[in-house]
Amino acid sequence: MKKSSKLLAIPLIIWLAVFVVVPFVIIIYYGVTVENDAGVISVSFENLKRFADPMYLKVFLRSIKIALISTMVCLLIGYPVAYILSRSASKYKGLIMLLIMMPMWMNFLLRTYSWMSLLENSGIINSILQALGLDKVQFLYNEGAVTFGTVYNFLPFMIMPINTTLLKLDDSLLEAAYDLGAKPAQRFFRITLPFSMPGVLSGIAMVFVPSVTTFVISQLMGGGKVPLIGDIIEKQFRVVNDWHFGATISLVVMIVVLSFMFVINRTDKQDAGERSMIL
Amino acid sequence: MKKKMSPLAKAYITLVLAFLQLPILVLIAYSFNESKSRGVWTGFTFDWYAKMLQDSAIMSALGTTLVCGLLAALISTIIGTAAAIGLNSMKRKAYNLTLTVAYIPMLNAEIVMGISLMMLYTLLDIELGFFTLLLSHITFCLPYVVLSVMPKVRQFDYSRYEAALDLGATPSYALRKIVIPDLMPGIISGFLLALTLSIDDFIISFFTTGNGVNNLSTVIYTMAKRGVSPKLNALSAIVYVVIMILLICINVIPKKDDNRNKKRVAERN
Amino acid sequence: MKRRFKVGWSLILAAVMLFSVVACSLPDDKVVRVYNWGDYIDPTVCDKFEEETGYKVIYDMFDTNEDMYTKLVNSKTKYDVLFPSDYMTERMIDEDMLAEINFANVPNYANVDSTYKDLSYDPDNKYSIPYMWGTLGILYNKTMVSEKPTSWNALWDEQYSQSIFMLNSQRDAIGATMMLLGYDLNCTDDDAIAQVKQKLVDQAPLVLAYLVDDYKDKMIAGEAALALAWQGDAVYCIDKNPDLDYVIPEEGSNIFYDTVCIPKSCGNKAGAEAFINFLCRPDIAALNAAYIGYSTPISAARELMGEAGANAIAYPDLSLYKLEIFSALGDKNKIYDMVWTEITTSVGI
Repeated sequence: MKKSSKLLAIPLIIWLAVFVVVPFVIIIYYGVTVENDAGVISVSFENLKRFADPMYLKVFLRSIKIALISTMVCLLIGYPVAYILSRSASKYKGLIMLLIMMPMWMNFLLRTYSWMSLLENSGIINSILQALGLDKVQFLYNEGAVTFGTVYNFLPFMIMPINTTLLKLDDSLLEAAYDLGAKPAQRFFRITLPFSMPGVLSGIAMVFVPSVTTFVISQLMGGGKVPLIGDIIEKQFRVVNDWHFGATISLVVMIVVLSFMFVINRTDKQDAGERSMIL
Repeated sequence: MKKKMSPLAKAYITLVLAFLQLPILVLIAYSFNESKSRGVWTGFTFDWYAKMLQDSAIMSALGTTLVCGLLAALISTIIGTAAAIGLNSMKRKAYNLTLTVAYIPMLNAEIVMGISLMMLYTLLDIELGFFTLLLSHITFCLPYVVLSVMPKVRQFDYSRYEAALDLGATPSYALRKIVIPDLMPGIISGFLLALTLSIDDFIISFFTTGNGVNNLSTVIYTMAKRGVSPKLNALSAIVYVVIMILLICINVIPKKDDNRNKKRVAERN
Repeated sequence: MKRRFKVGWSLILAAVMLFSVVACSLPDDKVVRVYNWGDYIDPTVCDKFEEETGYKVIYDMFDTNEDMYTKLVNSKTKYDVLFPSDYMTERMIDEDMLAEINFANVPNYANVDSTYKDLSYDPDNKYSIPYMWGTLGILYNKTMVSEKPTSWNALWDEQYSQSIFMLNSQRDAIGATMMLLGYDLNCTDDDAIAQVKQKLVDQAPLVLAYLVDDYKDKMIAGEAALALAWQGDAVYCIDKNPDLDYVIPEEGSNIFYDTVCIPKSCGNKAGAEAFINFLCRPDIAALNAAYIGYSTPISAARELMGEAGANAIAYPDLSLYKLEIFSALGDKNKIYDMVWTEITTSVGI
């Protein structure tokens, strides 16, 4: 496209400079400093050492694990939805798309309380199980429940971008492949999936990245027994009042997540030489 | 040609939709519970609806949420879409740097974003209120819009744009008539995601609003300590049902230009 | 076309919003900016105050003491009336952030019982008045326990394994355990902290969940037999489920006060004092106590509340219990935090 179209990025760049870079510098400042008892602030990596404690590393690894599993599950559930909708001629497509988004417009706390009403030991599902003469199941207060809550809240963010990229997939390509004798699996892995890769990567970014630092889901679904790194960061700011430690953890998490995304993006071979969605 | 959904596909979509709507239905059911607590069901009542309508704080919070959500989604969609187009014609290094910076709001824990934005407004000597709330919401919506539109930009076939220019179209005309329509699905999904994020955010809103400006999230979360009132369930139920009716009206009542639309869809595919 | 419609629509909404913003930009001496806990006042009280005094109330809400403190210190937002809890009031007095209240403008302060004056966080009654108070104790389900709990030890009783809720609040959980082990509520002695940590780690396998706000609904639903709970919440839960009861353990416990203060940075001190005076009026205090369900320090208000004012859970005989107030922990917060993180991560997978 013409060079002048570069100018279209200028509003974003200005916005980022003011509302992202400046606040980020503030966070870096807190992240690399500590405050001693007398209130004197000095540059120190003491907090980094503190974060290296096995207790925090365990929480961090768990957060990454839950985020990765949730992202995979969202992809496995979401891809077929996006595929079916993009291939269908149904006039209800738009309606279905909005129905996927709409639950997220009801407040997070309210919809999570509803899941709790459903899943509690004394909840609706267990009452039904009991009425049927079956054993109760403890759904909540464990890692699985946190993963479940994450999947629920992030699923639409996976479906949307994949669907928009698949809309463009040309049927004649698939038909040609069919005529040449390609099996369904071959057609999917050779044509459909590579074609939708930009959307898949967007979806992965929109699910994985924020879910690493999510915090209320773990408290509510995990019953406080599965604290995630987002909870630890949140506490430093909202309970302990140790902004320095909170900022340090946040920066470390950011670097690790960026590296993860870097690796994931390398799988986008189509573009390996060119540009990718993140980094 | 696109086909009708197979029964299996239909069943799958129905299942996923049911999974997504299930807690909302429970939420609506509890708006009719006489007890304030979701722990017991003491009887059926419409009282919470009446109380909700009388609660001016909730009503004004609903207004703030809607106005802030729509404006933040609109503005971030415009800036983000323009940027996605612009970025794609930038050199690789500049492109990568800008994108990485753009993703910082997503990478940051929400609390870090909220606190650092609050500090920014203090540095700039801006009093907290609706304006700062809106600025913050646009900021955290932007990466999602860019991520939604970017895949469409990368799919875009530039030869079509160039052909239009060769045929004498001005760049802005070609942009409006060729590029934007092609990116539309990405733009719409970016807008919807931004709206969703704005409506759902609590932490960043809390630290960047003040002067009596509250959105629904801040009302609900600060209420949680004492127990969220079913008034909020009642409000959600009304919002849900109203949107649902609107959607059904739009989709089911046959449109005048339905045939034309179908033709256009067929052509495009 | 569609897009233009959207833009036009948003502009209209923006205009509406701008209007409402302009409407609240009154001069400082005409408004009272209140910063209170969410849902912690009868919704009609602010309207009544506006009617009687002519001031306009601008009302904001917070969720934790620390949030309130953070915003007060770090943002450009001004507040006239604050509602910090005891230890936060103490900290703000120490940091010279609170203005002395001119009690000549708060004649209704005389309504506050002497029991709730001269408290440790504000020993000379200069900066704060108590708004609501309560104790920490055990909320239990009578149908699910074999005998009425009287000691904190009930929360360590193996027969209630996976039927115990703890508060995911480090001050409260650690404080209760300190009392159980015979230490002071605010103890920061290393040895005591190590013992408390071990005690709570031992308890972790018995705990069904560490909850914050949602334990109330769960206790009402019968999800667990016992919970570490606040008195005001206990009153609420017992009202919804009569199988529940509340006890202040014999080892002693915490008594908390949510106070009303005026920050030095306020824009309208006279208005703030008028508001505080209004809150101390018995009929208004009764409205608030009845709405919130917490305990009021104004006995004239209790008399106006009928049965609710005589509720034995809400108004226990304080002389029977050893009750201590939280004090500001300062840097020791970090240690509490690390201990608590270790405890809550000790179970999981």
